[in-house]
Amino acid sequence: MPDIYLDNNATTKVDSAVVDVMIPYFTEFFGNPSSIHRFADGVAKAIKKARSQVQELIGAEHDSEIIFTSCGTESDSTAILSAIKAQPNRKEIITTSVEHPAILALCENLEKEGYTIHRMPVDKCGRLNLEAYKNLLSEEVAIVSVMWANNETGTIFPVVEMAEMANAAGVMFHTDAVQAVGKIPMMLQDTKIDMLSISGHKLHAPKGIGVLYLKRGTRFRPLLRGGHQERGRRAGTENTASIVGLGKACELAMEHMEYENVQVKAMRDRLEQGIVAAVPHCFITGDLNNRLPNTTDIAFEYIEGEAILMLLNKAGIAASSGSACTSGSLEPSHVMRAMDIPYTAAHGTIRFSFSRYNTMSEVDEVLKVMPSIVATLRKLSPYWDSINNEPVADPEQAFQPTYA
Amino acid sequence: MWDYSDKVKDHFFNPKNAGAVAGANAIGEVGSISCGDALRLTLKVNDDTEVIEDAGFQTFGCGSAIASSSVLTEIIKGLTLDEALKVTNQDIAAELDGLPPEKMHCSVMGREALQAAVANYRGEEWKDDHEEGALVCKCFAIDAVMIEEMVWANKLRTVEDVTNYTKAGGGCAACHEDIEAILEKVLKERGETFDPNAAPVAKPEPVVAKGPLTNLQRIKKIEEVIMSFRPQLMADGGDVELVEVVDKTAYVNMTGACNGCQMSAMTIAGIQQRLMEVMGEFIKVVPASQMPKLVTIEEASHA
Repeated sequence: MPDIYLDNNATTKVDSAVVDVMIPYFTEFFGNPSSIHRFADGVAKAIKKARSQVQELIGAEHDSEIIFTSCGTESDSTAILSAIKAQPNRKEIITTSVEHPAILALCENLEKEGYTIHRMPVDKCGRLNLEAYKNLLSEEVAIVSVMWANNETGTIFPVVEMAEMANAAGVMFHTDAVQAVGKIPMMLQDTKIDMLSISGHKLHAPKGIGVLYLKRGTRFRPLLRGGHQERGRRAGTENTASIVGLGKACELAMEHMEYENVQVKAMRDRLEQGIVAAVPHCFITGDLNNRLPNTTDIAFEYIEGEAILMLLNKAGIAASSGSACTSGSLEPSHVMRAMDIPYTAAHGTIRFSFSRYNTMSEVDEVLKVMPSIVATLRKLSPYWDSINNEPVADPEQAFQPTYA
Repeated sequence: MWDYSDKVKDHFFNPKNAGAVAGANAIGEVGSISCGDALRLTLKVNDDTEVIEDAGFQTFGCGSAIASSSVLTEIIKGLTLDEALKVTNQDIAAELDGLPPEKMHCSVMGREALQAAVANYRGEEWKDDHEEGALVCKCFAIDAVMIEEMVWANKLRTVEDVTNYTKAGGGCAACHEDIEAILEKVLKERGETFDPNAAPVAKPEPVVAKGPLTNLQRIKKIEEVIMSFRPQLMADGGDVELVEVVDKTAYVNMTGACNGCQMSAMTIAGIQQRLMEVMGEFIKVVPASQMPKLVTIEEASHA
């Protein structure tokens, strides 16, 4: 059986239809869209078409609200830095404790420059407290940045409602929607969301292309100046082939929206139910009733995620983990810590994220190997009683290593 | 994914001595569950000879933690306790054909479990002597706690100081922003402000050679500089010697833990940098393994 790719929240395979529409823009129509000659003929038109394809997917009112960038991170940085530059008297930012580092690391840096950052906590299921959020909104706040869906657990935040609340308080609202766009339907023109980030490679377009949606009328300061591209809001010669590719990918995502929410979801559901039934001492993290259809994050207690990934990889299965070791840091994923998942489980979290390319037989393949992978590692674990095949009594007490 | 050696993978996929040893009389438990790795080492020690007759491990941790534990048990079986205590974390890493810098702490955990087990056997209490911080310098595997301690202890003020005292930042230089942040923090606690342009604190200032030197003087000077690197390399279980100088190239032998170390290229670059500063001329430092083969006059005349 060929390798099974279940790491689509990390990145996706570029759809072959996307590759096909891109190729001519490397070879034939390689002209600079700003040029007047025949090599540029049609390039500007192709970009315009892509812009409308993106517009369609996210339900933007105008195509001029779509700004092409180089990635989701650039879109995030542009949004936040624009908001603080345009409103220099507002010195607070509201975000959540479970955002992607693209937001959190930037906010940490702004904190050093004197900004007050409100990082809203989440409960054990990864949910926000909207009452507390409401109390944070004030005229001091430059921008609220809350992710649409969490990359690790798939948990969806009520961003539409939160944008309404921000708008009522006169505060700008940005959402990092890189995991949500293409997986759940959205109609931005009916919302008060001012800015939204998209990353191409999360929806079967190439890496190196992103979008910042900027609602008409939102005060804006560009990150990059130096050209008239994107109506002066993002200077730099357009990444034409990738823009065209992203447009196609958005069109395909629109076509597959129902498939994603029915068939893909069915595969995800079968996998997680199968694992929870077959493997003792594991649980699903996040808000089970309010998640992306393609994501499941399962904590396997008393073993470590990187070791699980290595054994999965040996079995030809690709997934990812929230353990410290997979990132080279000293702490498990900040998302798991924010949900107060105990260390013995947080280090053993495995995220399986599906796409429309996965199949039910792949799910069965994972279900076949998962119990023995977990059992193999538990045999090595000081927290596991191999003789009785259960955790040692009171694990955190039974094994208390000297901190080293 | 990490670039693990085949030996790491082998010890991970086929761990040796997994599980607790029956009738163990020495137990070492180290690690930190918050960091995601913890190890229990169980030994059966012969009470008369102090020879480790059997060793077993139970590890909560990643691939390299499990591999380090496995290889540790293989190394120490059959050794006396005193012999086993001489095993360094570099020995463990070397036996695995090296570990990525972020993963060196797995080998440290192995050595510490061993120390803890021996202390347990001897009825002593083992105390962890270091705290581990977030990895700052990936080239030389130096963490934040180490840098902070050195900044405090030696009143360091600049990134250059930190590099001189810890090696951190002496490689690719990508961590200089993080080092500056540590300096800012510590200097603030000391009541000073960080000035990126401050003069570095006095470092062992090399006496810059003033030419012209005779060939012999020049080579002696080069050797002197290379010798000055030995203490820090030996502290890491490695060593260096000057083998030959040909024109502007100095050939050196990296031995011990330096040999095959993923960081040896960085070390060589550091030596070269210092040599050029001291000698005031361009000198290339090259591993002796790349030295052109010497030929005798007889061989040359037959060629």
